Amino acid sequence: MNRTQKQSRFAIACLKAVAGFVVLILAFLIGYIFITGLPNVSWHFLTSPAKAFNAGGGIGIQLFNSFYLLLLAMLISLPIALGAAIYLNEYAQDNWFTSTIKTSIEILSSLPSVVVGLFGFLLFVVQFNYGFSIISGALTLTIFNLPLLTRNIEDSLSNVSDDQRQGGLGLGLSKYETIIHIVVPASLPGIISGIILCSGRVFGEAAALIYTAGQSAPALNFGDWNPFNIDSPLSPLRPAETLAVHIWKINSEGIMPDLTQVSSGSAAVLVLAILIFNLSARYIGRKVFERMTSVK
Amino acid sequence: MQNQKLAKQLMKKSKTARYERFGHLLSLSALLLIMAIVLGIIVFVASKGLATFFKDGVSVKDFFTGTLWNPGTKTPAGHQAVGALPMIVGSFLVTILAALLSTPFAIGTAVYMTEISPKRGAKILQPVTELLVGIPSVVYGFIGLSVVVPFVRNTFGGSGFGILSGTFVLFVMILPTIVSMTVDSLRGVPQFYRQASLALGATKWQTIWKVVLRAATPGILTAVVFGMARAFGEALAVQMVIGNAALMPQNLTSPASTLTSVLTAGMGNTVMGSLQNDALWSLALVLLVMSLFFNLLVHMIGRKGAFKK
Repeated sequence: MNRTQKQSRFAIACLKAVAGFVVLILAFLIGYIFITGLPNVSWHFLTSPAKAFNAGGGIGIQLFNSFYLLLLAMLISLPIALGAAIYLNEYAQDNWFTSTIKTSIEILSSLPSVVVGLFGFLLFVVQFNYGFSIISGALTLTIFNLPLLTRNIEDSLSNVSDDQRQGGLGLGLSKYETIIHIVVPASLPGIISGIILCSGRVFGEAAALIYTAGQSAPALNFGDWNPFNIDSPLSPLRPAETLAVHIWKINSEGIMPDLTQVSSGSAAVLVLAILIFNLSARYIGRKVFERMTSVK
Repeated sequence: MQNQKLAKQLMKKSKTARYERFGHLLSLSALLLIMAIVLGIIVFVASKGLATFFKDGVSVKDFFTGTLWNPGTKTPAGHQAVGALPMIVGSFLVTILAALLSTPFAIGTAVYMTEISPKRGAKILQPVTELLVGIPSVVYGFIGLSVVVPFVRNTFGGSGFGILSGTFVLFVMILPTIVSMTVDSLRGVPQFYRQASLALGATKWQTIWKVVLRAATPGILTAVVFGMARAFGEALAVQMVIGNAALMPQNLTSPASTLTSVLTAGMGNTVMGSLQNDALWSLALVLLVMSLFFNLLVHMIGRKGAFKK
């Protein structure tokens, strides 16, 4: 074996080691999160409110807030992202206007989330006077979520073959009717996976929420589902600390004695939720596709 | 009479055409809304951030070169104490160090995934990078706090909080970003480049090092810039491990701060419109400008290095 062959062997061995190292990092991270975290997770932990000074607090309200905010943010951002994606993929011509818009979406997607959060603070909390509230948080998360969701939907729209569009137009449908009745349904599996993937990202976001949805989780009355009462879980004007913000908050200034247990438990729940989002994104997308096309 | 009626009917837009117009405008307005948001963010943050200089009369030079950060008080020399240099240095240090540490690992992993073992790459490493991207930043911060900080404290001394811990946390955070984008650019290298190189008698490693990586350089650079942009804008994970002392970093293990860490820690404790508050908005403006700069950089690399087929 000559020198270059030896060199090649050696280099490839090094590359294998590097790849193995990256796998080890992930294994360590996931292992650490679940091994230290899961023993602290119990039904009581998941359902009871947090305690500021004593041990034994839970994350019930934070968990509810996370899901509620996620739902609201998705409800607001989905129509906007769908509209924008439809325009970009179906109507936009290749000119300066389109490229300006594409650039601004790129800018929005690369903005640090803390800047988005500060903008939300300025606009919704201060200017519109919503205060630290669910609605401020949901609107800010919408801004955070829009660029990625738009891109995901645009990608799945562009995967629909042009035959489908020509079929629709050939049958005498207008362009918009073709899009709404043929192209969007055909890309539904991709859109659904995209929504779930974005949900995972929104669910774990904290920096954009600290100054919009607030850092406190007041007690809720789970018997009162009238959204106009301030202690109702559905009230959009109450402050709502989410699970991700809770982890940050207690690690920065928490003083409860079981701080480590609470934060590792919360981290495990958060990562588990996101794992479920990511895994279900593929599964559900495939299932919807099978159901719609009966292709196995 | 009959003709007029008919003419009117024919001149009018049909229901379908109106519906078409409605749909077109609806999707356009969604897009314009997104654009308005982007403009709004830039205008709002810029107007707040520039107030420090125009309204409170802080000189731009003091802001970028001063090393004393305690807005509301004066420096011994009699200027306002809003020197942002410690935070700017902190942000750049963690970003550059994390990118330097991350890039070799990321490229190695990406090369393994595309050139050496595509099957195992798709089966194991693809999901691994996707999972790493998915872990939220507070979780990285928490692990940094409970694993990295004690490790740095025991190995290198000091309190454990500082640039070095921030670098380690960011290293893992930007790794998947760089890996997945590098993989894309390596896959973009045409297969006949590899075949031609191997046919000339080059070894696998020579092909990778001298042909594939060279051809994919613009894409790899873009990936690294994206990773740096993510590192520069990352707030909570860094804030939890860096120590949050607005001092010039003496060494890698002394407590320091970044633009984002001062922002997240300070915004809640200041009153809107005060100098303390305006100064924080100026930091946000620096962040915004840097994020725009990273975008510009990506565009420039993309234009210059677009693959000619």
